Amino acid sequence: MSKKHDSDYISAKKSRQISRFNRKLTKKLEKERNDASKDPALYTTTMKDPGNVVEFDNVCTYFFTDIGTVKAVDGVTFNVPKRATVGVVGESGCGKSVTSLSLMQLLQRPTGQTVGGEIRFNIGDGKALNIVKAPTAKMQEIRGNRVSMIFQEPMTSLNPVFRIGQQVNEVLELHHPEMSEEEVKARTLEMLELVGIANKEGVYNMYPHELSGGMRQRVMIAMALACEPDILIADEPTTALDVTIQAQILELMQDLQKKLGMAIIIVTHDLGVIASMCDEIIVMYGGRVCERGTADDIFYRPAHEYTKGLLRSIPSTQNMNERLIPIGGTPINMLDLPKGCAFCPRCDSAMKICLREQPVEMEISDTHHASCWMNVKNAKEGK
Amino acid sequence: MANSEYLVQVEHLKEYFSVRSGFGKSIPLKAVDDVSFSIRPGETLGLVGESGCGKTTVGRTLLQLYKPTGGRITFDGDVLYDSGEQYDENGRLKVDANGKPVLGKKVSVNMLPYRKQMQMVFQDPYSSLNPRMTVEDIIGEPLDVHKLCKNSKERRDRVMELMELVGLNAEHAMRYPHEFSGGQRQRIGIARALAVNPKFIVCDEPVSALDVSIQAQVVNMFEDLQEKLGVAYLFIAHDLLVVHHISDRIAVMYLGKMMELADSDELNDNPIHPYTQSLLSAVPIPDPETARNSKRIVLEGDVPSPLHMPSGCPFRTRCRYATEQCAQEMPPLKDRGNGHYVACWNK
Repeated sequence: MSKKHDSDYISAKKSRQISRFNRKLTKKLEKERNDASKDPALYTTTMKDPGNVVEFDNVCTYFFTDIGTVKAVDGVTFNVPKRATVGVVGESGCGKSVTSLSLMQLLQRPTGQTVGGEIRFNIGDGKALNIVKAPTAKMQEIRGNRVSMIFQEPMTSLNPVFRIGQQVNEVLELHHPEMSEEEVKARTLEMLELVGIANKEGVYNMYPHELSGGMRQRVMIAMALACEPDILIADEPTTALDVTIQAQILELMQDLQKKLGMAIIIVTHDLGVIASMCDEIIVMYGGRVCERGTADDIFYRPAHEYTKGLLRSIPSTQNMNERLIPIGGTPINMLDLPKGCAFCPRCDSAMKICLREQPVEMEISDTHHASCWMNVKNAKEGK
Repeated sequence: MANSEYLVQVEHLKEYFSVRSGFGKSIPLKAVDDVSFSIRPGETLGLVGESGCGKTTVGRTLLQLYKPTGGRITFDGDVLYDSGEQYDENGRLKVDANGKPVLGKKVSVNMLPYRKQMQMVFQDPYSSLNPRMTVEDIIGEPLDVHKLCKNSKERRDRVMELMELVGLNAEHAMRYPHEFSGGQRQRIGIARALAVNPKFIVCDEPVSALDVSIQAQVVNMFEDLQEKLGVAYLFIAHDLLVVHHISDRIAVMYLGKMMELADSDELNDNPIHPYTQSLLSAVPIPDPETARNSKRIVLEGDVPSPLHMPSGCPFRTRCRYATEQCAQEMPPLKDRGNGHYVACWNK
C-alpha cells in the first residue's frame, strides 16, 4: 500500500463505481432484512451458555460508503452475563458505539449493515434470537422492550416538542397495548420516582428544555427501563455531564441494577467510569477486541500493548508527579486498516509478524483473553 | 500593593453580564463575583469547577477579552485595569455614609502592547482556527500584528521554529486546518500563542476535546514548553486528574465564587471545603481497587441558576454543613496556613 498519496483521496469515477456496487449489495441485504415472512427457524438458535443475556460471536458491521467500505466492527466476540455490567472502552472511532448499535439494529441503514457473525439474544428456555438475521418486524418487538439504550446527549435524544410524560408513555403504549391510559400514566410516574425525580407530577408535564442535563438523563433512564428490559446499553451516558452529576447518574444506574436485575453494557472512553462500574471490560481498537477480562485483569495485569499504553497515558493517583507516557502516532484511518494488527503502526514493541498477520486471541486465564502476538511469543519462550 | 513576586495578580475581579428579562428590564448575571488569585512566573495555576461556574469567564476577563465590571488586574508590576473600588482587610467593600462605594483612581490601559506577553489557547481546536488561512499564516499572524519580523524570510524562519517546537513537520506549513487531526490542530493553536514569546498563557480547556491517547501528548507538551520557555499558565479544565497532574496550585470555583485555593497535592490529600471534598470524591479513579473502597459523597440536586443565586454562600443549598450564617454572608477566602485558602464558615 503506497502511503505517498493521500489515502482519503479518491477519483470521482472510482467513487461512482464503488457506489454502484454498494447499492446493489445493500439492496440485497435490505430486502432480506425487511422480509417479514422469513422462516423463524432461520433466526432462532440456542445460547451457548444460558447464563448469558447476549452473546456476540464474530460480529462484523460494515459501512458501505462511496469512498470505500469501513469495517467499523470486524469480528467482535464477547458475552454479557445476566445481571453483570460490561464496559466497552476505546478511542473515538474504534467501533465501540457501532458494536452497541449492532445489538439494537439502529445502524444508519442502508449504508451500515451487520454482514457477518451472530448476536444471540436470550429469549428464555435456552433459545436465542439471532439479531443479525432477524427481520425488522421482529427487531421492533424487542427494541425498547427487552433491549434498551440511553445515549450520550440527552437533549438530542428527547423530542423537544413533546412533554416528558408523553414521551415515557409512548414506550409503554407501543409495547403494552393491553394497558389502559391510567395504568400507563401510573407506571410512568412510578418510573420517574424510581429514577430519583422528586417532583414527578411536575416533571410529567414539562418539556425537555425545562430540565437540566442530569434530570434529562434521568428521564432517559426512566424511558429505557419502563418495560423492564433484560439489558440496558448506556452509550457514553455521562460524557456530557459534570463530575458531580456524573456521580449521581452512575450511582443511580448501580442502584437500579440491584433493584431490577438487568445487565448493563457501558460504552465509554473514560477509564475512570469503567473502573468504578464494570465487572468485565472489553478493550477495542480499530474495530476489533484487543483484550477482554475482569476489571482487575485489565487494570492490574494488562496483556495487550494498547491497553498498557492507554493505562500509562492517563493521569492517575500513582503517576501524579511523573511524566505521562503517551501513545505515539495518531488514531488509525478506518478506511485503510493495516493488514496485520491494527495497533502495530503505533506499537513500540511491534514485530515482523504484527505487520503480516492479525493476532489470534489467546487465553491468559479463564476470564482473561488478549489478541497480541507478544503473548504468543512470550508463551513460546516459556515466560 | 503590587508584589513583584507575582506575575499576574487578580483582586476582587467581577464580571456581570446583563440578561434581558422581559420588557426593558435586565438583571445582572454574576458570572464572576469577587475572585482573587495570583500567579508566579513559570507557575501553573489550575482552575476547576463545573460547567457554568465562570472559569472560562475568569480567563477571558483576565485578558480583557471581556471588559471587567470591577476589580483590579496587575501584570508584571503594571496595573492593567482598576475599577477604583477599595476593600478593607476582611475583603469587604469600603462604602461611604450613603452606602455608595468609595472610589479611588480608575485605570484602564490599551491592551495591545500587553497582548505580546499574555496569550490564550482555546478549547475547541476545530473552531478557533480560521479555515481559510494556511498554518503558516495562522502562526504568523501574531508576528504581523506586533510587527516582530522585518521581512518574510525572518517570519518564515520563526514560523518553522515554532512548528518544530510544538512537534509539527515543516511540510505542514502550507496546509489548511481541516487537513489536521484534533491533536495537531491544538498544537497549531499552541504555536500561535507562543509566537510572540509570551510570559503567560491562559489555557481554556485545551485537552478536553481530544482523545485519551492524544491528551497525554498535549499535556506533556505543555509541561516541556514550560520547562524550556518558563511561561506561566492559567490552566482551566474540568478534568480534575489532568489538572492535578499539570498544576502547581489549584483553585476551585463554584457559581462565580472562589471556594478553595491550595497547592495541588495539598488540595487532593486534604481538601477542606465541602464542595471540593465532594468534587474530588466524585472523580472516577481509573483503578478498580480504589474505586471499590472509596465512598462517593454524592451531592443532592443541581447547580442553582446563576440568575437566581442563593444569598450568602452559593453552595449552601447543596451543602451538608450549611447553617444560618451561610445564608446571610459569603465567607471570605482565608489562609489556613501554607497558602491553603478556604472560603467556608464551618470547616
